[in-house]
Amino acid sequence: MDTSQIKETINMVAEEHLDIRTITMGISLLDTIDSDPKMAAKKIYNKITHYAKDLVQVADQIEREYGIPITNKRISVTPIALIAGNTSAEDMLYYAHALDDAAKAVGVDFIGGYSALVQKGFNNGDLALIHSIPKALTETDLVMSSINIGSTKAGINLDAIKLMGETITEVSTLSNTATAKLVVFANAVEDNPFMAGAFHGVSEPDVVINVGVSGPGVVKRTLEKVKQQPIHIVSETIKKTAFKITRVGQMVGALAAERLGVEFGIVDLSLAPTPARGDSVAEVLEEIGLEQVGTHGTTAALMLLNDAVKKGGVMASQRVGGLSGAFIPLSEDAGMIDAAQEGTLSLSKLEAMTSVCSVGLDMIAIPGDTPATTISAMIADEAAIGVQNNKTTAVRILPAVGKSVGEMVDYGGLLGTSPVMPVINKSSADFVNRGGHIPAPIHSFKN
Amino acid sequence: MNKAVVTVVGQDKPGIIAGVAANLAQHQVNILDVSQTIMDDIFTMSMLVNLTQLDKQFNLLQDDLNALGEKLGVEIHTQREEIFKAMQQV
Repeated sequence: MDTSQIKETINMVAEEHLDIRTITMGISLLDTIDSDPKMAAKKIYNKITHYAKDLVQVADQIEREYGIPITNKRISVTPIALIAGNTSAEDMLYYAHALDDAAKAVGVDFIGGYSALVQKGFNNGDLALIHSIPKALTETDLVMSSINIGSTKAGINLDAIKLMGETITEVSTLSNTATAKLVVFANAVEDNPFMAGAFHGVSEPDVVINVGVSGPGVVKRTLEKVKQQPIHIVSETIKKTAFKITRVGQMVGALAAERLGVEFGIVDLSLAPTPARGDSVAEVLEEIGLEQVGTHGTTAALMLLNDAVKKGGVMASQRVGGLSGAFIPLSEDAGMIDAAQEGTLSLSKLEAMTSVCSVGLDMIAIPGDTPATTISAMIADEAAIGVQNNKTTAVRILPAVGKSVGEMVDYGGLLGTSPVMPVINKSSADFVNRGGHIPAPIHSFKN
Repeated sequence: MNKAVVTVVGQDKPGIIAGVAANLAQHQVNILDVSQTIMDDIFTMSMLVNLTQLDKQFNLLQDDLNALGEKLGVEIHTQREEIFKAMQQV
């Protein structure tokens, strides 16, 4: 083997922060359904701790043997609203604690799936789950919650959006950081390994391993070699790099699945930043030629980046899934934080960017006194972008109680820090309070 | 055959190759290929080795080589070969 190739691979890890961001074990809980919430909680705990007992150890051993960091080990489960269809909001907490206890017992970083899918309407379990979210997220440590309120096929549930604006506000009054564990989706995917939105879809196998790879630092470094060259060269360079990164994910995922004796699901080839310098999607966009992320041209550069990442990754993996693209979480990206602090990056520009990347408004602190209806309206805007454009969008917005615009909020670890961003102060209340359902777009009728 | 790539990078001095080779021999690890050069006084070497004889004790070999690296003042990585193949070959 060529020595320069060996060196390149080692440098990607040592200097450019290439990592397997997560190995996520998806576990179906459909066979734990029980009319007694305490019994269901016990079955859930037993099933998770049975299948995931070796997850952390296997991941650590792979990290050691192959020299590739595996940053997070996670679990996703069937949306709990489906498992607890006949449960009150109070009793929902048995489920939340069962997930939290099981996650702690096996030593994973997070567990996702405290979720409900309400794009077309609520059933009993959905409402109970949503009403229990404030307590569930503040009484547990590792549980992540996601609610899907719209889809291209079903349209947008404005009642659910109103409820989620109120829920996010309520969570923020209990804790300034628990809001980071709650995300509202449109077109949520069933095999996403990333948090807070990971859940295990009902059409998935019983137990499956999904992998998320990341490496914005690697992409930036390779782009440094094509300065001033035409933009299609940039696209080609990103494709080649994404291919290499994804190959590592494919290898690690297949290996982990084999060692754990479960099925291998998908590789999610996302460029996900961390707060560390040199591991930033903003820096990639700036390397393409922007003085700072958020300036004019940002949306175009991000569109090219997102598309090239997908094209490079698709061929590298047996099965691509999840969100697959570029993530732009504000608090987790050093370059984005700088741009927000300097006023170059606004909430409006971030919204435009979400129309061409793989997620949505993510990890953005806003003033704690923002009206719930304004938060709902932000969710509605994002859902509209996702539903109309056949893509996933999400809102993980973080009202910071007692903080004003420009102050910093620390969410800890990989979740980073976000400056409180200004929000437009004109009311959207009459729009949100209408309630009801925004019909599915015309192009969804394909049958 | 189970193979690993051992890479050594650091300040050049006498005894690096001898030290690494002796350590590998102790573990019954056969060297299949070696490439070594000095770039700006920095010693860099990559070795392809056969792990079949000691596959179960990969961690022991890695610990020993890490300790040796510390003693020699160089950085030694021991990684299974598949990661390089996965990334660099279609």
